[in-house]
Amino acid sequence: MNSIVFSLNVFADLQTMWQYDFMRHAFEAGTIVAIIAGIIGYFIVLRRSSFAAHALSHIGFAGAAGAVLFGLNPIVGLLVFTCGGGIAIATLGRKAAERDVQIGTVLAFMLGLGVLFISLYSGYATEAYSLLFGEILGISATDVFVTLGAALVLLGVVATVYRPLLFTSLDEDVAEAKGISIFWIGIIFMLLVAVATSIAVQVVGVLLIFALMVTPAAVAQRLARRPAQGILISVLIALLATWFGLFVSFYLPYPVSFFITSATFVVYLAVRIF
Amino acid sequence: MNTEALIIAKDLAGGYPSKTVWQGADFSIGKGEFVAVLGPNGAGKTTLFRLLLGLGQPLAGTLSVFGKTPERGNPRIGYVPQQHPIDSETGVEALELVRLGLDGNHWGMGSMNQGRKEAMAALRTVGAEELAHRPLGVLSGGELQRIFLAEALIGKPDLLLLDEPLANLDMRREANFVQLINDVVRKQGVTVLLIAHNINPLLPVLDRVIYVANGRVTNGKPSEILTSKSLTDLYGIPIEVLKDSHGRIAIIGMDEPPEHHHHDHE
Repeated sequence: MNSIVFSLNVFADLQTMWQYDFMRHAFEAGTIVAIIAGIIGYFIVLRRSSFAAHALSHIGFAGAAGAVLFGLNPIVGLLVFTCGGGIAIATLGRKAAERDVQIGTVLAFMLGLGVLFISLYSGYATEAYSLLFGEILGISATDVFVTLGAALVLLGVVATVYRPLLFTSLDEDVAEAKGISIFWIGIIFMLLVAVATSIAVQVVGVLLIFALMVTPAAVAQRLARRPAQGILISVLIALLATWFGLFVSFYLPYPVSFFITSATFVVYLAVRIF
Repeated sequence: MNTEALIIAKDLAGGYPSKTVWQGADFSIGKGEFVAVLGPNGAGKTTLFRLLLGLGQPLAGTLSVFGKTPERGNPRIGYVPQQHPIDSETGVEALELVRLGLDGNHWGMGSMNQGRKEAMAALRTVGAEELAHRPLGVLSGGELQRIFLAEALIGKPDLLLLDEPLANLDMRREANFVQLINDVVRKQGVTVLLIAHNINPLLPVLDRVIYVANGRVTNGKPSEILTSKSLTDLYGIPIEVLKDSHGRIAIIGMDEPPEHHHHDHE
C-alpha cells in the first residue's frame, strides 16, 4: 500500500483508493457511521448520557467477543448486549445513569468477560484488537449493508421521536406534564444509542467510541444555538474526521482509529481554546 | 373577577399509596384568581400540583379541573416545576426551549421555524426578548425563571401552576417577578397557583391562600388565614402577623431551619 504515492489532486487520490474494495467499503461504512454517530451523539451530549454510552460500548464488547466464540458475526453479539444493557440502564432511570461508580463497576466486569471469551476463542489476539480499536479496513460488503439497514432504521426513529426526545432532554418535568412518557422516551433513546454504538464499533472500536459519538457533538453543543444546526455541525465533524482518517491511513502505516480520534480531538481543542 | 370555579376539590387526600400526606381538602378556585400555596417543606404542596396535572392519583375524594378529572398533557395548563437543572454547557438558545412548550409533545420533527413567532411573543410577554438567542447554560436563575414562564405561557394556558418560582431570586427580582405574574393574571384572565415560602412579596396581589400543613389543607382569603393564631397552629412554631402604617401586613417567624432549604422533593 505504501508504494502508492500521494498526489496533491485529492480526487485522483480518492479514485486510486476506491479501486480497492476494502477502501470503498471503509468509506461507505465510515460515512454511514459518522452520520449516525453525529446525530445520536448530539442527543447523548444534550442529555449528559455520555458515560452511559461509553458503558454500552463496553457491554457490547462482551457480546461481540461471545459471538466470535460461538462462531457468529460479532455485530449480532454487539446488538444483543448493547440493546439489553441499554434497556437495563433506561429502566434504572436517568438519575441512575449518572451513577458512574455503579456503571463503571458493571462495565469493568463486562470487559473482563469479553477478555475471557476472546481467550477461549483459541487465543486469537487480532479479533480482540479489532473489537477494541476498530478495524474499518476489514469491513465486508455484507457489513456495509447491515450498517446501512441499521442506519436507516435509526434515522426513521429519530425523525419520529425528535421533538419529544428534544423536549425531555432539555426540560424533563415539563415534558412529562405535557403528556410525554419519560420512561418510554428513555428506553427508545437508549436503544438508539445501543444500535448506533454497535455499528460504530466497526469503525473506531469499543474503546474509542467517544471520539465519534461524543467529541463532535460536544463541539457542536458549544457552537450551535439551534438543535438542527447542532446536529448538522456534529455530523460534519464526524464525517470529516472519518474521511480524513481513512485518507491519511491509506498512505501511512498507522491505524485509522488513531487519525480519526486525533482529528476530533484537535477540533475539540481548537473550539475550547478559541 | 369571575366566580366560575376552575378547580374543585372535595374531601381530597394526596400522597403516596404507602403514606397519606394530607387529607380532607375542600376548596374551589375561581377563574382569574391569584392563589398562593404555602406550607412547610414536605407538607405536600408539590403533591397537590401533581394531582392537578394528572401526574398522580388522589388517595381519596374527588378533584376536578375545568370540570373534568385531571389528565396528563392538558394544553390548558401551563406548568413551571421547581428546580430546573440546566447544564451550564447547554448551548441551545432560550427561544428553542420556549418553542417546545408549544409543540414539544408532538411526534415528528416539525418545520425549522414553526412556533418561533409565538415563542418570541411569549418572551416579549415576560420581558425577556433580549434573551431569546442566548444559550440556556449562561442564563442566571432569574433569567431562566422568565424563560420557563414564557415556555408555560406560549400555549396560552387558562391555568398556571408555578412551583417555587421565587426561590433563588433576590428581593428586587422577587418583586418584579410577582408583578409580572400579576400582569398576566389580570390581563389574560389566567388563574395562577404559586407555591412559595415567603408570602410577603405576594401579599399585595393575592386573592386567596391555600395552606398545606400538618396533614391538612386550609384555604381562604389572605385576611382570614393570615392571623397569628392560625399560622402558629399550622406551622407549629410561633408566627406573628404585623400591620404597618398603611394597613399592609407582614409575617414574621416563618423562616425555616436552613438545613431544609432548596432540597425538598415533596
